[in-house]
Amino acid sequence: MDAGWGLALPAVPFACALAAFFVNRRVAAALGIAGAAVSLALAIALAATVDTTAERSWQWVDLGGLNVTLGTRLEPTTTLVAVAVGVVALAVQVYSVPYLAGDDRYPPYAAQVSLFTAAMLLVVVAGDLILLLVGWEVMGICSYLLIGHDRRLPAAPAAAVKAFLVTRVGDVGFLLGIALLGTAAGSFRISDVLAAAATGPGNGPAGIGGGTLTAAAVLLLAGVAGKSAQFPLHTWLPDAMAGPTPISALIHAATMVAAGVYVVARLFPVFQGGDALPVLGVMAAVTMLLGALAATAQDDIKRVLAWSTVSQLGYMTGALAVGAPGVALFHLLTHAAFKALLFLAAGSVIHAVGTNSMAAMGGLRHRMPVTFWCLTIGLGALVGLPPLAGFWSKDAILAAAGESGWLLFSVGLLTVAGTAWYAVRLWLLVFFGRPRTEVHPHEPPAAMGVPVLVLAVPSAGLGLAVFIPAFRERFGIGAVHIDAAVLPPLAALAVGALTVWALWRRAPRTDPAFSLGPLRAAFANAFWVDAVQHALVVRPVRALAGAVRAADESVVDGAVEATGRGARALGGSLATAHRSGLPRAATAVLAGAVLAALAATVLGIAL
Amino acid sequence: MSALLVVVLALPAAGAMVAALLPGERAGRVAGTVAAALAFVASLLLWFDRSAGGTGVIRPWHEVDVAWAPALDLRFHLGVDGISYPLVVLTTLLTLLCCAYTVGHVPAGGRGSALVALLLVVEVGMLGTFLALDLVLFFVFFEVVLLPMYAVIAGWGGAGRRAAARKFALYTLFGSVLLLVGVFTVVASAGTADIVALTGGAALPRGTQHAAFALFAVAFAVKSPLWPLHTWLPAAHTQAPTVGSVILAGVLLKMGTYGLIRVAVGVAPEGARWAAPVLGTLAVAAIIVGALVCLAQSEIKRLIAYSSVGHMGFVLLGVATLTATGIQAALIGNVAHGILTGLLFFLAGAVKDRFGTGDLAALGGLRERMPGLSGLLGYAAIGSLGLPGLAGFWGEAFAVIAAVRRGGPLWLTLGVIAAVGGALTAAYFLRLLRRVTHGPASPVVAGAVCGPIARLEVAAWSPLVVLALAVGLVPALVLGMASEPVRAVAEWVAR
Repeated sequence: MDAGWGLALPAVPFACALAAFFVNRRVAAALGIAGAAVSLALAIALAATVDTTAERSWQWVDLGGLNVTLGTRLEPTTTLVAVAVGVVALAVQVYSVPYLAGDDRYPPYAAQVSLFTAAMLLVVVAGDLILLLVGWEVMGICSYLLIGHDRRLPAAPAAAVKAFLVTRVGDVGFLLGIALLGTAAGSFRISDVLAAAATGPGNGPAGIGGGTLTAAAVLLLAGVAGKSAQFPLHTWLPDAMAGPTPISALIHAATMVAAGVYVVARLFPVFQGGDALPVLGVMAAVTMLLGALAATAQDDIKRVLAWSTVSQLGYMTGALAVGAPGVALFHLLTHAAFKALLFLAAGSVIHAVGTNSMAAMGGLRHRMPVTFWCLTIGLGALVGLPPLAGFWSKDAILAAAGESGWLLFSVGLLTVAGTAWYAVRLWLLVFFGRPRTEVHPHEPPAAMGVPVLVLAVPSAGLGLAVFIPAFRERFGIGAVHIDAAVLPPLAALAVGALTVWALWRRAPRTDPAFSLGPLRAAFANAFWVDAVQHALVVRPVRALAGAVRAADESVVDGAVEATGRGARALGGSLATAHRSGLPRAATAVLAGAVLAALAATVLGIAL
Repeated sequence: MSALLVVVLALPAAGAMVAALLPGERAGRVAGTVAAALAFVASLLLWFDRSAGGTGVIRPWHEVDVAWAPALDLRFHLGVDGISYPLVVLTTLLTLLCCAYTVGHVPAGGRGSALVALLLVVEVGMLGTFLALDLVLFFVFFEVVLLPMYAVIAGWGGAGRRAAARKFALYTLFGSVLLLVGVFTVVASAGTADIVALTGGAALPRGTQHAAFALFAVAFAVKSPLWPLHTWLPAAHTQAPTVGSVILAGVLLKMGTYGLIRVAVGVAPEGARWAAPVLGTLAVAAIIVGALVCLAQSEIKRLIAYSSVGHMGFVLLGVATLTATGIQAALIGNVAHGILTGLLFFLAGAVKDRFGTGDLAALGGLRERMPGLSGLLGYAAIGSLGLPGLAGFWGEAFAVIAAVRRGGPLWLTLGVIAAVGGALTAAYFLRLLRRVTHGPASPVVAGAVCGPIARLEVAAWSPLVVLALAVGLVPALVLGMASEPVRAVAEWVAR
C-alpha cells in the first residue's frame, strides 16, 4: 500500500468525530466503533504491506519560504504502534457503551474519543513536525474535555484544567524546539530534519549546529515530559483519574502518555546528536521510582494504576536514554496492552462495587472470576512475571540499561521490587479477604467483558513476539538470551511480592500500606510535588496576574484618565479666568495693551 | 471588474441610506441586511480574474484610479490584492452577520434600523481603509469609522456607555491626529500620496522615514491596540452592544495592523527596520500583560476584550519581525482573531442577554443548563487559545517561529516569552470555561428564564464556527493569495 494511506488512519476517526456531534446516542456509538475499527483495519493492512520506511507528502501551506507539508512517514515500527492505538481505541469505544449507559451526553463523549484517537494516530503517522504538533495538541484538548466529562464529580473540572495546563507548559518548549529545528533545517519535514541533524554543522548547508541541536532536543524534552508524565511534569496524570474509566484506559495505554515516548523514538537522532539523553536518563530514573513508591500507598484503585503508568513510562524513557528506542517502543506496545486491560478490568470492578476505594472492595475473586483472572494476567504482565508480555520488554530494558551504566539499572531493579509490592497489594485488597461492602458484585455485561478478554491475549502473549525475527528486525532488538541476566529482576520481583504477602499473612485484611509507617503519607502524597508546584508556580502566577491587572487599571489607564481630567481641569480654570468681572477684565485688556506696546517698542528698537 | 471595487463600497453606503430613511423600522433592518448581503457577494466576486497589475511592490488585481480633487492633486485610488482581500471578505461577512443578527434582536437603546444603518456606515469606512491606495483617501476612510462606532456604543450600549464611547472616540482621535501628521509628513516630502508609488518607488529620506514610521506606528498602535495604548478597548467592549463588540474586535482592530503593514512598513521601510526591536518588545509585553490581566479578570466581555490585546500582540510580533513568515503569520492571525473573537463576543452576548450578568463569579454550570451554548463557548475558547487544527494556531505559532527564525538574542528572547504567553493564554481561557460552563449551575444560571439557542443565532454563528475549522485545516484559504505580495513587501523592507 502507498504510504499516503497513512493519512487515512487519522482522517477516518476524525470524520466520524465530526459527524458524531450531530447524531443521537445509538448512531454516535456506532460511528465511534466504526471509526476505530476502520482505522484498526487500515493499520493492520499497512503493517502487513509496509515494512521499510516509506514517505508521502503534499504541500500544505507556505509561510514565507517555510514549507509546511501534509504527509506521512511510515517507519517499520509506526504501523505497529498504530495497530496498538486502534486496538485500544476500539476496545474503549465498545466498552464505553454499557459503562456510560446512563449518560445523557453520550454523543459528544463518543465524538471526543474518536477525535482523541484521530489525534494520536496523526502523531503516529505524521511526516511533518507541524502536523505532528497538531495531533499532539488536539490530544491534549481531548484529554481536557474527556477528563472533565463526568458532571457529578466535583474534582473533574480542576483535574481537566490541570491536565491541559501542565502539558501545555511543557508544550511551550515543544513548540520552541520545533521552531529551532524547522528554521535550522529550513523545513519541518521529519526526514529533512533528521537528515540535517545527522549531517551536523560544517557538513553542507543543511546541517544543524551542535548548540542548536542540543537546545532543540532539551526544549522538545519539556514537551515530552508533559505528555509522557515525566518528573517534574507528571502531576497531572494521577488527577486525570477523574475521567471516566475507559478514558483512563485510553489516555494511559496507547495514546497521550505514549506520544512523548514515541516522538523521542521517532526523532531519536536529534536527541542523540544533541546530547540530551543524559537529561532524559535522570528524568526517567526519578520518574520510575517516584511513580512506583507513590503507587504503594494509594487507596483509589485507579490512582494505583495511574502511578504505575508514571513508573512504567519511566522505564520507556529510560530505554530511550540508554539509546534503545526500539526497546522503548516494544515496552510501549506491551504496556499498551496490559495497562488497557488493567484499567478496563478495574472499571468492571468499579462498575460492580460502585466505588474506586479499595478499602471497600475485597473477596471479589469468587463473585467475578473472569475479571479476577484478567486482572491477574494484567498485574502479572505489569510486574514482569514470565512469560507474560511485560517480562520480555522490561527485561530488554534492564539489559540495555545494564550495559550503559549503573544508575538506570539499579533504579530499575528497585522499581521492579516496588512494582511487585503495589501490584500484589492491589491484587490482595481487591480479590482476597472478606467482602467489605453490602452490594452484590457481578460480572460485567458482555460488551464490557469481551474487550477485557480480548486485551488479555496480547497482555499474556505479545512478549513472545521477540522470538519472531521479523518483529525483532522492525524494532531493532537483538536476539533474546535466557541466561543469568534475568535473575536480578526476578529476584527483585520476588522480594517485593513476598514482602507484601508476608505482611498480609501476618495481618490479614489489613492494608499492607499501613506498615509503611511515616513513609505512607509521603508516598500517598507523592512527595508533595503537587504542593510544591502550587506554591512555586500557580500562586505566584495568580498573584502576579492580580498585580498586573491592578497596575494596568490604576497606572496605565490611570494615566489616560488623569490626562482627561487634567485637560478638563485646565479648560475649567481657563474658562473661569475668562469669566471674571468687568473691572478686572478691563484691567487685563489695558495691561495687555501696555505689554504689546512695550514689546513693539523694544523689538522696534532692537530691529 | 474594477467597477466592482466601487460597487463593494457603494452597496453598504446605499444600504445605510435606505435603512435610515425607510419609514418602517423592521423594513429598514431587513433592507440594510440585504445590502450587507449584496456587499458580501460583491466582495466574493472580487476573487475572480486575479491578474496582478503593475510592476511595483503592490500589485493590485483590480484597481480604480480617478482624479478626486484635481486642484489638491487628490486621487480616488482603490485596489485589492492578496493582503487586503481576506480582510475585505472578513469585513463584509461580519457586517452581514451582525446586520442579520440585528433583524431578530435589537439591543435596548434605540431604533434597530438606525443601528443597522450605522453598522453599514462603519462597513464603508472599514472597506475603504482596506481598499484605499492613496494615503489621504486612506486617512479619510480611517476616520469615517470613528463617529458611527461612537454612536453605536453610546446609543445601544450598557450602563456606562457614554463614558466608554467618549473614551473610545477621544483616544482613537488622538491616534488619528498622529496619522494625519504622518500622512502630511510623507506627502510633503515625497510629493505624492499614492501608496503604490510610495511603496517600492524612490525612497524617502532617512529622517523623514523615521519620523513618519514613528507617527504611523503610534497611530496604528492605538487602533490595534498595542500595550500600553490599549485602555480604551476594555471599556468600549464591555459597554458596546453585542454587534458593536463583534465589529470592533472582528474588524476595526485590524485596521490598525493592516495599516501598519501596508502604510507604515510599506511607505517607511527604513523606519520600520529602525523601530522593529521596540515594536517587537512592546508586542511581547502586550501578550504577557494581556494574558495576566485576563487571568485576574472577573467579567466575561472584559476578559475577551483583554484577550484581544494579547492576540494582537502576536500579530504585531509577526509584523515586527519584518520577515515574510512573520507578516504571513500576522495576516492569518488577523483573520483568525476576527473569526474567533467575533464568535466569542456573539456567545458572550448570548450569555449576558440570557442571564443578565457577565460576572464570572455569578455565572457557572452553563453546561447543565444550556449544553449547546456551553459547547460552542468551549469551541470558541479552544480555538482562541491557539489549538492547532483551528484558525488561531497559525498566527500564534508562526509569530513565535518567525521570531526564532529571525534569530539573535533579542528575537530569540521575544520568541520564548511569546511562547510562554501562549501557555498563559490557555490558562485564562480554561479558567473562563471552568467558571462559566463547569460545575453545578449557579443560582443565576439555574434561575434565569431563558430560551434555547434561536434559529437566527445559529445562522449568525455557524459561518464563524465553520470558518474557524476551515481556516485551521486549510490555511491556504487566507495565505495562498498573500504569499506573493508578502514576499514582495518583505523584500522591499529588507532591501
